[in-house]
Amino acid sequence: MPRILNHAPWLILAVLGAFALGTVALARGETINALWLVVAAVCTYLVSYRYYSLFIATRVMRLDPARPTPAMRHNDGLDYVPTNQYVLFGHHFAAIAGAGPLVGPVLAAQMGYLPGMLWILAGVVVAGAVQDFMILFVSMRRDGRSLGELIKAELGDIPGVIALFGTFMIMVIILAVLALVVVKALTNSPWGFFTVAATVPIALFMGVYMRFLRPGRIGEISIIGFFLLIAAILLGGQVAQSETLAPMFTLTGVQITWILIGYGFVASVLPVWLLLAPRDYLSTFLKVGTIVMLALCILLVAPPMKMPSITRFVDGTGPVWSGSLFPFLFITIACGAVSGFHALISSGTTPKMVENEVHTRFIGYGGMLTESFVAIMALVAASCIEPGIYFAMNSPPAVLGTTAESAAQVINNWGFVITPEMITQTAQDVGEVSILSRAGGAPTLAVGMAQIFSELFGGKAMMAFWYHFAILFEALFILTAVDAGTRAGRFMLQDLLGVFFKPLQRTASWAGNLIATGLCVAAWGYILYQGVVDPLGGINTFWPLFGISNQMLAGIALILATVVLFRMKRERYAWVTMVPAAWLLICTLTAGVQKVFHSNPAIGFLAHAERFSTAANEGRLLAPATSMDQMRQVIFNDYLDAALASLFVMVVLAVLVFGILSCLKALRSDRPTTREIPTGGATARAGD
Amino acid sequence: MSGLKSNLSRFRGYFEQTAKLMIGVPDYDTYLEHMRTRHPDQPAMTYTEFLDNRLQARYGAGKAGCC
Repeated sequence: MPRILNHAPWLILAVLGAFALGTVALARGETINALWLVVAAVCTYLVSYRYYSLFIATRVMRLDPARPTPAMRHNDGLDYVPTNQYVLFGHHFAAIAGAGPLVGPVLAAQMGYLPGMLWILAGVVVAGAVQDFMILFVSMRRDGRSLGELIKAELGDIPGVIALFGTFMIMVIILAVLALVVVKALTNSPWGFFTVAATVPIALFMGVYMRFLRPGRIGEISIIGFFLLIAAILLGGQVAQSETLAPMFTLTGVQITWILIGYGFVASVLPVWLLLAPRDYLSTFLKVGTIVMLALCILLVAPPMKMPSITRFVDGTGPVWSGSLFPFLFITIACGAVSGFHALISSGTTPKMVENEVHTRFIGYGGMLTESFVAIMALVAASCIEPGIYFAMNSPPAVLGTTAESAAQVINNWGFVITPEMITQTAQDVGEVSILSRAGGAPTLAVGMAQIFSELFGGKAMMAFWYHFAILFEALFILTAVDAGTRAGRFMLQDLLGVFFKPLQRTASWAGNLIATGLCVAAWGYILYQGVVDPLGGINTFWPLFGISNQMLAGIALILATVVLFRMKRERYAWVTMVPAAWLLICTLTAGVQKVFHSNPAIGFLAHAERFSTAANEGRLLAPATSMDQMRQVIFNDYLDAALASLFVMVVLAVLVFGILSCLKALRSDRPTTREIPTGGATARAGD
Repeated sequence: MSGLKSNLSRFRGYFEQTAKLMIGVPDYDTYLEHMRTRHPDQPAMTYTEFLDNRLQARYGAGKAGCC
């Protein structure tokens, strides 16, 4: 009897969650409050954490509290430090949270909030949190080795190299797409551009301060830096008003692209203490602080959801991104439901600091649930603004035209009520000249956040401040990711190139450094440039490519986890990783193939190339090309993108084949074949 | 009252540790303690050396960013 009583509170939570979910799902026509989504999400998280993650911890992994962790075995006070689980949770969460969970749900809101919400909740419980938890476990049992090394050890050398190469390509796409989000937010926005540009001298000052003036005072300088950022936002407002300064900071997308490319190059060759580290400090604290603040504000404001729960665009004709609900919704919302990049973090610094094996459940599974909540908040922020405004901000100029009048007309025809005055008024409220066609998620999220924040602090007068605060918050950590990613990509590339030409491998050599950095920047800069000049807005084309590559990495990580379970002779439980892996492969392979071969030029790269070739042969020009050279360029780019998408598909298929072979081999063996670190003297047992 | 105070200071300690670890800096006292007990024969790094060491480890070769 008492055992049943133990479950009673969880049963109540489950019923409450089901009721909230039912309320959200069944609302037709009437507006519901965002708190229903929050309650449904939190109940889902708590119940799944209590039962499913416990099942994985005790039955599938058989976590052993007495088994020494890498932090115990190699304790050096530096990389390997046994760390309190709450402290480590904070570290892990700060590392996995980024632009992904914020942007994806905003873009997905074009289909209404219901499909996105259901995928975020189902995805995180069954796939995302399982992946993070499993990889953390696998890496911890192998001395905190990285994903690449793990694949090499468990699947073989060839799949190891394939996965490493795939990871590099994925990183290039991610950097390009993230930079594109920033460009979209800052184009023709003197306030936004000034504020974000001001972070560079602020970071330089912080770097010098920490190095020479008062070494090691991280807390102090971070607080100073924070106040300087606020000052930069306020000053930005003045700049935007000034007749002489505003034009200097009003830049086109192409100009910002070149500045970002130059900046990315310089930032990643400068000493880290000067620019990268201080920016990282600022962006990390600002990121975590703003996320906490957004959560509190949503609870206090309890905004109504103005976006319909399902829009007409579930049929795949939406203006924000092209493609039908299956498979593209599952690609668009990557982080927040499941993200392959977390596998890199879960096999990075976190496993080296776990104090006790059983903590991985809270850190791995719990950390991803928290990230998923961030995605739910982004969905709420995007859905609580007027749907008409949402579509005005996220549809490409090719669809809307370039004036508020033309945009309002198009959007009214879609069935969302909006007047040109509402569009210009919103732009005025947030201190911008225009809000049209600012796809990429960040500006939409910023309008939503500004609306929520200003309801509590400062009212309408403060909306422009909060809008630019939100833009700064996102741009700052995206640019930090671009710097850090370029550096990481440079090291990866030097490693890869070093195979052919030894001297390039020396990371201290200036020539090798510059060449590898240049190649890395050129790779993401090229894609970024294409995205910026794309008449469909770039995001439309490249966000799915990013989603595909990120989800494929998750698929690879889950295949690895499956192989490990087989090799541990726990194939009885392998469905825990096989089910999400299968779903991800189905989605990503379908999406990958559609991106290449779909007959609709808005989706398929080859169809798009075909359309341009036909026009070129007839001597016609199609936007954005203004000359035959540019027409040829567009066609070349289409083939390049098609090749990239095919490459991702092939990488995943190769890893899948090697994974199945490894599983079959493990099945034939009559004992566990996996190599884990020993169980430790006192608790050593044979076999397990 | 003193119980509350010590609780508060412990909470502050955890808060500080968490914030520092988020940017890749583990607890310096723990490091010193480790050096004292495990390697009493070797000199420990000063706090600035320690920070520099962690900086190189965070942004050195083979570290990937977030999504």
